[in-house]
Amino acid sequence: MLDPYKIRLDFPILKRKVNGHPLVYFDNAATSQKPKQVIEAVKDFYENHNANVHRAVHTLSQEASELYEKAHEEVAQFINAKGIEETVFVRGTTEAINLVAYSWGFRNLGKQDEVIISLMEHHSNIVPWEIMSKIKGFKIRYAEVKEDGTLNYESFESLVTSRTKLVCVSHVSNITGVVNDIQRISKSTHQNGALLIVDAAQSVPHMPVDVRKLDVDFLAFSGHKMLAPTGIGVLYGKRALLEDMEPFQGGGDMIKEVDYSPRTKRCSIRWNSLPWKFEAGTPHISGGVGLMEAVRYLKQLGMKNVAAHEEMLTKYAMQHMKDCGEKVEIYGPKDASAKCGIIPFGVAGLSSHDVALFLDNYGIMIRSGFHCAQPLHQLLKLNSSARASFYIYNTKEEVDRFIEVLKEIEQF
Amino acid sequence: MGTYEDFVARTDGTCGKDKDIIVTFKYDKKNEAIERILEKAKIEKSISHIIFELTFGDTSFRLYGSGKAIFRDMSSKEKLQAILTELLS
Repeated sequence: MLDPYKIRLDFPILKRKVNGHPLVYFDNAATSQKPKQVIEAVKDFYENHNANVHRAVHTLSQEASELYEKAHEEVAQFINAKGIEETVFVRGTTEAINLVAYSWGFRNLGKQDEVIISLMEHHSNIVPWEIMSKIKGFKIRYAEVKEDGTLNYESFESLVTSRTKLVCVSHVSNITGVVNDIQRISKSTHQNGALLIVDAAQSVPHMPVDVRKLDVDFLAFSGHKMLAPTGIGVLYGKRALLEDMEPFQGGGDMIKEVDYSPRTKRCSIRWNSLPWKFEAGTPHISGGVGLMEAVRYLKQLGMKNVAAHEEMLTKYAMQHMKDCGEKVEIYGPKDASAKCGIIPFGVAGLSSHDVALFLDNYGIMIRSGFHCAQPLHQLLKLNSSARASFYIYNTKEEVDRFIEVLKEIEQF
Repeated sequence: MGTYEDFVARTDGTCGKDKDIIVTFKYDKKNEAIERILEKAKIEKSISHIIFELTFGDTSFRLYGSGKAIFRDMSSKEKLQAILTELLS
């Protein structure tokens, strides 16, 4: 097991007070806090190595390029990709999914095709496909979710047919914390000749993720939810698929050559090799460096330990939330081992925002609203939800404070 | 009309089916804003004098010692601005 008290020493922000109370940060599903190792790595990059990557021959550019490429290697190893060719750096999960929608979807989806999307998806795994569907005319079919927030696998599998070209599903729901059986979904997807894209924004930061074991075609995640800076994320794609795809954006660094022909008065273009083909323009170099340090930090802790710690906190919190009174209701599955560090809940008679403001008053940060997953809220018949989500630096004592305030709220 | 701008840092519509608006008062003016509001609005209930359930005319809202308030089912920001201007003047 990891030691959250030792870990907390690495996170400067956790020393601060909010509204006169020690900060309790339970909004980790939205973004994580950053350890000094990541902050220092970004600072060191700007103080000692800052230059643009690739092409330049000077020393700083060589150093920046090496760091940026090493960051790709660290990430590839972290998710067990075959190499850096399979790890494209993007702004985050949203951009990664849009990349697939525009680069793969635009050329491979047509009027006869179907795309299956689970109803528990974050808007970032719904909206790009709805936009592309309007352009290309393919049909979207939504896979049902049960009343407890878990995926209805039978219903899902009945939707996957020879017309299915793509299945879009999250590894972990950002609302309920439900962990989907990606291996099962992958099997039925591939049996029907379709591809699978997985939104792993809520899984890669919190549990061991092995893209080869899961047998996913694409997998997207964000750095900022796993200790890294904002504005850096990753698209994993199987090499053969990425090789076949056209670039998402055009510009510098994603090309090998742009050859102007005086005869045709046009430029002929050869794409750069992977992953650079999909990283047009100057990338978020310091973000990549920060992500590398974040990955190293998590690797040192061990992702199994991270998962075990969060499961322990989730069980502990759910158990004590039951004692907070009749008005407090936990949404989604009641079995903490089926979840991943996320607890959605409500207090009867209060909106989720009221609950969040109450807790904020005592220095406790949680999320409220739809959390960018309106369809799932509609399905679960919720106007909105409050959400507590844990990470490596959270402690049982913090959960106790949360419970104490929740009891006070219940009495209001 | 200067009162609203003097006290209010930002207003945000909430995410969710309920159309509430959250008001954040300027940090250095929050205590004065709370005092002024408590003088004019009716206190329905409170916790430890730091969280208040209030009504003002037909508007119900909650005020927090942290310097935030949540106005429920507010039809427009203009209406909210008018209410806050009255409360803060």
